[in-house]
Amino acid sequence: MQLLSPGVGLLVWTLVAFLIVFFILQKFAWKPILATLKERETGIADAIASADKIKAEMASLKNENEALMIQAREERAAMIKEAKETSNKMLSDAKEKARLEYDRIVADAQASILQQKNAALTEVKNQVGSLVVEVAEKVLRRELANKADQESYINGLAEVVKLN
Amino acid sequence: MAFRSIKSLLVVLFSVASMLFTTTLHAENEPGKAAEQAGKEKKEGAFDPAQLIMEHILDAHEFHFFTVGETEIAIPLPVIVYSKERGVAVFSYGNLSHGTIYNGYKSEEGKIVAVDAAGKIEETISLYDFSLTRNVVQMLLALILLTVIMIKVAGKYKKGGANTAPSGFQNAIEPVITFVRDDVAKPNLGLAYEKYMPYLLTVFFFILINNLIGLIPGTANVTGNIAFTVVLGVISFFVILFSTNRHYWKHIFWPPVPGFVKFILVPVEFLSIFTKPFALIVRLFANMVAGHIIITCFVMLIFIFGAMSTVAGWGFSPVSVAFTAFIYFIEILVAFIQAFIFTNLTAVFIGQSREGAHDEAHH
Repeated sequence: MQLLSPGVGLLVWTLVAFLIVFFILQKFAWKPILATLKERETGIADAIASADKIKAEMASLKNENEALMIQAREERAAMIKEAKETSNKMLSDAKEKARLEYDRIVADAQASILQQKNAALTEVKNQVGSLVVEVAEKVLRRELANKADQESYINGLAEVVKLN
Repeated sequence: MAFRSIKSLLVVLFSVASMLFTTTLHAENEPGKAAEQAGKEKKEGAFDPAQLIMEHILDAHEFHFFTVGETEIAIPLPVIVYSKERGVAVFSYGNLSHGTIYNGYKSEEGKIVAVDAAGKIEETISLYDFSLTRNVVQMLLALILLTVIMIKVAGKYKKGGANTAPSGFQNAIEPVITFVRDDVAKPNLGLAYEKYMPYLLTVFFFILINNLIGLIPGTANVTGNIAFTVVLGVISFFVILFSTNRHYWKHIFWPPVPGFVKFILVPVEFLSIFTKPFALIVRLFANMVAGHIIITCFVMLIFIFGAMSTVAGWGFSPVSVAFTAFIYFIEILVAFIQAFIFTNLTAVFIGQSREGAHDEAHH
């Protein structure tokens, strides 16, 4: 029956030892261990949560980027179209302006040609007039002397005039 | 020469394959001395397996390893006794070995008794034995080991912080701690588990380290001692009681059953307050004692057969050693299982006392 009757010594020593070990371990072992384990676990959970959050953010960013890209592409197309139109317009404007200038220059040139032609004609007429008067003067002077001479003289004069 | 080698071989076999075989063998009541001699067909009549087993299982005032010839290889431990009449007395058990009387005290089959001048036992003096017996010494050593291990591990946690991976022995302790937390405390105690974690962990490791160290051949059977389990059971009894709520008591004294059944159920429920820790006490005690007895029995078989004939003893020894090794593995498993069961059931009982209504149905 010694087996089933607890010895008072062991009872007391076990109780004392248990309490001491309990308080020592509670203060110096379980507290830091459990705290660290908890900290680590919450850290991991937080990390996973934040990773998920970042993933979601990345996805939304990607969507945003795509939308932006599409918008930019549209804008670019519109800009190109506009630029083309502007350049076309500028080109046609320039052409038109050049044509007008050309017409004006041509008209000016024609006017001045006409004017110079008229001036030249007038001068020619005046010259011919004065030549006729000179020839007539010379003819009148030789007529008195010789008929034949007169004629040859006139021919000579006419020759000079022709040469002129 | 051959005789001596056989003898020493058996000694080796003893210490390796089995536990402490003989504990407090005294010259005057054990003429056969130790088992190895009993096996050597010297004094066959003196070989008493039952007594040897009991001596192995029970507490003692010395660490007795083996006996070579007439000299006992043992470490005597300090004796501390108190009685109203004589006060406190502290001396080494070595003074009392072989039945000698020292300072008016004598060892009667391992138990310290007070004797008068004539050497007669004084029945009137009730002696309280607070000796550092081998169970106490072994338990204290185991607990020092446990404390050192845990504080070292905790130091690693403190140093490393939450962001370093566990290393070394930390890896062995951490899964056990998380197991106690996630599979024992959390399912049974719910949100309040943190409050009970230090207690549950202490109980678990307290039992575990004593179980494991008790398996080392030559050591005492601490967890298989009723005093040890009584203390743990009583502590868990108080923890359970301090965790109770109004609901729990209402359930015990006013269970939700028809009137006449109450008269049957109330005593049953009231008894259950005490049966729970009692079950814990007996379960741990019986399991550990049984394991130790089985291992000792298997080793003892060699000598029982050896007592019949030397050939039978030698012939049976491989079988016996094989069985012992097998049981040893089971005992290592049991060491963990019993620590777990004690902790888990304590957690279950605490959980019941906290919730009452939800768990009473499972009785």
